[in-house]
Amino acid sequence: MSTPYAKLPAWADYGLIPLINLSVAFIVAGFVVMLVGENPFRAAVILVEGAFGRGTGIAFTLYYATTFIFSGLSVAVAVHCGLFNIGGEGQGYIAGLGIGVVCLAFDSVLPWWLTFPLAIIAAAGMGALWALIPAYLQARRGSHIVITTIMFNFIAASVMVYALVDVLKPAGSMAPQTRNFLPGAELPKLNWIIELFGAKIRSAPLNVCFILALVMAFLVWLLIWRTKLGYEMRTYGHSPKAARYAGISETRIILIAMVISGALAGMMALNPVMGDQHNVALDFVSGAGFVGIAVALMGRSHPVGIVLAAILFGMLYQGGAELAFEMPAISRDMIVIIQGLVILFAGALEHMFRPYIQALFASFSPKAVGIEAVKGKGA
Amino acid sequence: MDSFNAVVQVLDSTIRLSVPLLLACLAGLYSERAGIFDIGLEGKMLVGAFAGAAAASVFHSGFIGLGMAILISVAFAMVHGFASITHRGNQIVSGVAINFVAAGSTIILGQAWFQQGGRTPALQPGERFEAIVWPGADALRDVPLLGPIYSELISGHSILVYFAFAMVPFTWWVLFRTRFGLRMRAVGENPAAVDTAGISVAWLRYRALICTGILTGVAGAYLSMVQNGGFVKDMTAGKGYIALAALIFAKWRPVNAMFACLLFGFLDALSIRLQGTPLPIVGKVPVQFMQALPYVLTVILLAGFIGKAIPPRAGGVPYVKER
Amino acid sequence: MAQAAIELIGINKSFGAVRANRDINLEVARGTIHGIVGENGAGKSTLMSILYGFYQADSGEIRVGGKPVSINTSNDAIALGIGMVHQHFMLVDNFTVLENVILGAETDALLKSSIAKARSELERLEREYGLEVDPDAIIEELPVGLQQRVEILKALYRGAEILILDEPTGVLTPAEADHLFRILKQLKEQGKTVVLITHKLREIMAITDTVSVMRQGTMVATRVTKETTVGELAELMVGRRVLLRVEKGESKAGAIKLSVKNLTVKDSRGVTMVDDVSFDVRGGEIVGIAGVAGNGQSELLEAISGIRHAVSGEVMLEGKPVDLTGKADPGELRDRGLAHVPEDRHHVGLVLAFEESENSILGYHDDERYLKGPFLNVDAIVADAKDKIEKYDIRPGNPRLKTANFSGGNQQKIVLAREMEQDPGVLIVGQPTRGVDVGAIEFIHKRLIAMRDQGKAVLVVSVELDEIRSLSDRILVMFAGRIVGERGPEATEGELGLLMAGVEHQEAAE
Repeated sequence: MSTPYAKLPAWADYGLIPLINLSVAFIVAGFVVMLVGENPFRAAVILVEGAFGRGTGIAFTLYYATTFIFSGLSVAVAVHCGLFNIGGEGQGYIAGLGIGVVCLAFDSVLPWWLTFPLAIIAAAGMGALWALIPAYLQARRGSHIVITTIMFNFIAASVMVYALVDVLKPAGSMAPQTRNFLPGAELPKLNWIIELFGAKIRSAPLNVCFILALVMAFLVWLLIWRTKLGYEMRTYGHSPKAARYAGISETRIILIAMVISGALAGMMALNPVMGDQHNVALDFVSGAGFVGIAVALMGRSHPVGIVLAAILFGMLYQGGAELAFEMPAISRDMIVIIQGLVILFAGALEHMFRPYIQALFASFSPKAVGIEAVKGKGA
Repeated sequence: MDSFNAVVQVLDSTIRLSVPLLLACLAGLYSERAGIFDIGLEGKMLVGAFAGAAAASVFHSGFIGLGMAILISVAFAMVHGFASITHRGNQIVSGVAINFVAAGSTIILGQAWFQQGGRTPALQPGERFEAIVWPGADALRDVPLLGPIYSELISGHSILVYFAFAMVPFTWWVLFRTRFGLRMRAVGENPAAVDTAGISVAWLRYRALICTGILTGVAGAYLSMVQNGGFVKDMTAGKGYIALAALIFAKWRPVNAMFACLLFGFLDALSIRLQGTPLPIVGKVPVQFMQALPYVLTVILLAGFIGKAIPPRAGGVPYVKER
Repeated sequence: MAQAAIELIGINKSFGAVRANRDINLEVARGTIHGIVGENGAGKSTLMSILYGFYQADSGEIRVGGKPVSINTSNDAIALGIGMVHQHFMLVDNFTVLENVILGAETDALLKSSIAKARSELERLEREYGLEVDPDAIIEELPVGLQQRVEILKALYRGAEILILDEPTGVLTPAEADHLFRILKQLKEQGKTVVLITHKLREIMAITDTVSVMRQGTMVATRVTKETTVGELAELMVGRRVLLRVEKGESKAGAIKLSVKNLTVKDSRGVTMVDDVSFDVRGGEIVGIAGVAGNGQSELLEAISGIRHAVSGEVMLEGKPVDLTGKADPGELRDRGLAHVPEDRHHVGLVLAFEESENSILGYHDDERYLKGPFLNVDAIVADAKDKIEKYDIRPGNPRLKTANFSGGNQQKIVLAREMEQDPGVLIVGQPTRGVDVGAIEFIHKRLIAMRDQGKAVLVVSVELDEIRSLSDRILVMFAGRIVGERGPEATEGELGLLMAGVEHQEAAE
């Protein structure tokens, strides 16, 4: 999509405007805090302290961030190809099935470092499969991918309820979830890294998936900006006409982009399932797929931005838990509001403040708005 | 006679379950016919449900509750309009945002104001919309066949149920028999034609979104003030999305919308009724299969295997005046 | 002369740096048909959009019926009795004729009375002007000619006294066009004023009373139609531009490298845009295709380069057949030595959001030189881009700069450098210098001739007659989807202008 506005220096484009949008989102959230009769500044302090004040908080923050990195990357890969994958939630959920089957089958036989790669393949495969059908329908039959992926979220939910209640639930158990995994499917924790810095950690679920997420962020960067495939995806995303001119097949590129996007969404299930709960339970994704939309929008679909935005949201989730503890009027659902506001201001209203910023820049130095733009961070 | 009564009961709950879908579906019809995609039906219903139950219990009046539900829901619709009409933002993104803000704020405010874990206080008689018993319903109850149909299916629903079904012919009439409907359909197909005819595209779309807000408000009020007697967090539970599916299924037409919603409501009612009961021939059908059926059917429809669902042509595209 | 229906005095309108209208004066007499001719981009449509309230002029005055007026919206124009038939119809495709006619002109909040009124109005208009159309027909089921009639009816229903038609015959068959002209004459006899915007001179001569010529945003002349000739109008339209003659030697034409036989192409609406076209291009020659924009040149280029599927035709590339009816895609043609500089560099030839170096491999990103396995060899790509930047003097010389930040001329050089440096056997170029500054024009022309001298087959499509004359060894003229003549480079502007206007073609056909 081309912007109808004049150019700004890259630092304003990638730094200032997102910052302003984010600030507005937080200011509005602050009003909500005031509405429930609490002090927004005190809330902010509690939130940040809860997330970063102690070792356990940091570990939890990064644990949440891990899931959001995956889901943010998933949305971003599709966005680079001009597609809106709103189905990360369902792709992640259904991937839990693949992980569950692998873990239940191998946890008594294999060590974690052999179960893990198999589970990664199962997660990515199931997520990819769940994205493949909407992708095919978009590419070949013109069915709007936003609607089909929403539908697939619900179909995934039904499939999972059926699988957990009627198939995978151990006999005699009441809870709709698989049996707990044996140590062969439990991922090692990473809390010792934070402890190296002298912080103390009681118990936190930060695990090797965090490293996997960072590796995937790097691989996505490599894919998008350093491979032929990524080049083709970006070309199609910016201009389907130019892609046609360049001999890039529309069907092929849509299918590939969605398969990768779905695979990334699927991998987000590894973190809670193998890293924390050690079982597959009902609703274990709990909205993380949708958080990916906010994370990708805020991170401007760049892996570095996504990692930072994911940590910010991890902080909100962890700090939000502390906040709920300290301020009874505020529950963790405050995060959902902030998430919505971020999507609103950084996404749907991203151009609201741009004309004013441009006018401001133009009044300072007319040249800054002209040709002399420096190269973007997308390099 | 037992099986006949069972059928009547399933149909009765079909009606009750269809009503919120139908209201939300017609709501979506107004905005999408005007060229604005709205996946924020879910969120607007939710805030409507909350505002309705909250105001009803505070002011002890069902009608004040209903009014509040509509007011807040319209306000959210206007946010969607501000983003997607005035600022030409991405309509999908804006809808997603509204759903999140709605989900979060109803819980936070509910907890802060009522301290019942995100619930609103249980509504007392007078604060909710009671069932209207039609004349003679009790007397006729024992008449074979017609008796149960009259007293169970037709009589004994709240005013909002009748309102929802009355909205079907009304929406059809607005769409195809009024100036506003003509212009609304036109702006969803070719906004440039509307613009060159000297009509404001933006104002027309805003008005369509107001209609959407009113209907999602009523839909929400039905959930919290009729079906449930109070607000419970996340009580829309995806109904806004099923309504969206029904809208596609209905090919954006009001009467079809009613049948689509009744179908989806019936599937829901059946899945509740059949829980664990084996069927002849097919055996035991998983409940989840019935629950997923609306979505599966919609995907099949979208894929073009059973007729083609052609959305309003200008849908989802912000209008930019250009030559 | 009768009283003026419209007077435009000193109209100016700019879009950013582009001055679409400069100091335009125009007077149209009541009860006449006034033609406005000019090439694409001469500013005709902008001027009429100002009159219809779609745009506001930066300065100048509009008078309707002798009174100064301000037209800020289409509503103002409609109230003043101005109606417009747009080039792209402003109709709602799945509405009936009646619904389209009443849209925006409803009598009250309910449709019933509006529809009844419109039904009887349409009957009257049908009687008076012979504008027959089934009022209950759905627009998308009507042929284009009838759709246009609905547009005219819309304007008349709103009480238009002045009717503006923007390129009305572009989508019509000759028979439909003749019918339209009869209708317009009838409107004139009833006292209506008609303004006809077109680039087709035959239409001007056939139907108008007076004609104004626009060129590059200015109004260059107004003539009484009876007192002028097609030749004079063609000359006024094209103008005596500064001749940019490039030094070039004799062409040494060799073997046929691109052979096109009986190529037919339709557009998305199913209208035949290229009609049974055949020609050859030999190595070592530049073949230029002249013609007024919209006569099928764009579709011809798109078909030959594989972007648009042809309906039928046989095409040989370097002596081997190519299936352009759906099999060959642009990538395959590129591999077989066909390079293409597309007309629309902003959306097709370049991705403006990309870095310069990324654009310098667009379409050639499969090439081993730019890859290391599945990875882009960024160092090689940037080095290659730097090399091209130097060779083609692309400024600013930074391959990592976003392409949108380059000027039009430099953007075009990026595309040319990419396509020429691949050493193709056949080079096809659409509008080589559109939106390019004078300095770059000369450079681009020299490069094209150098390609020819290396023995490449070069096919150039341009609406700039001067460019075609100065570059080409052979000139083909396209009109209405057909090649209507071939001339040598010595052909005069007047001669080509007549061919481009379809005059000889028409005479030959009659």
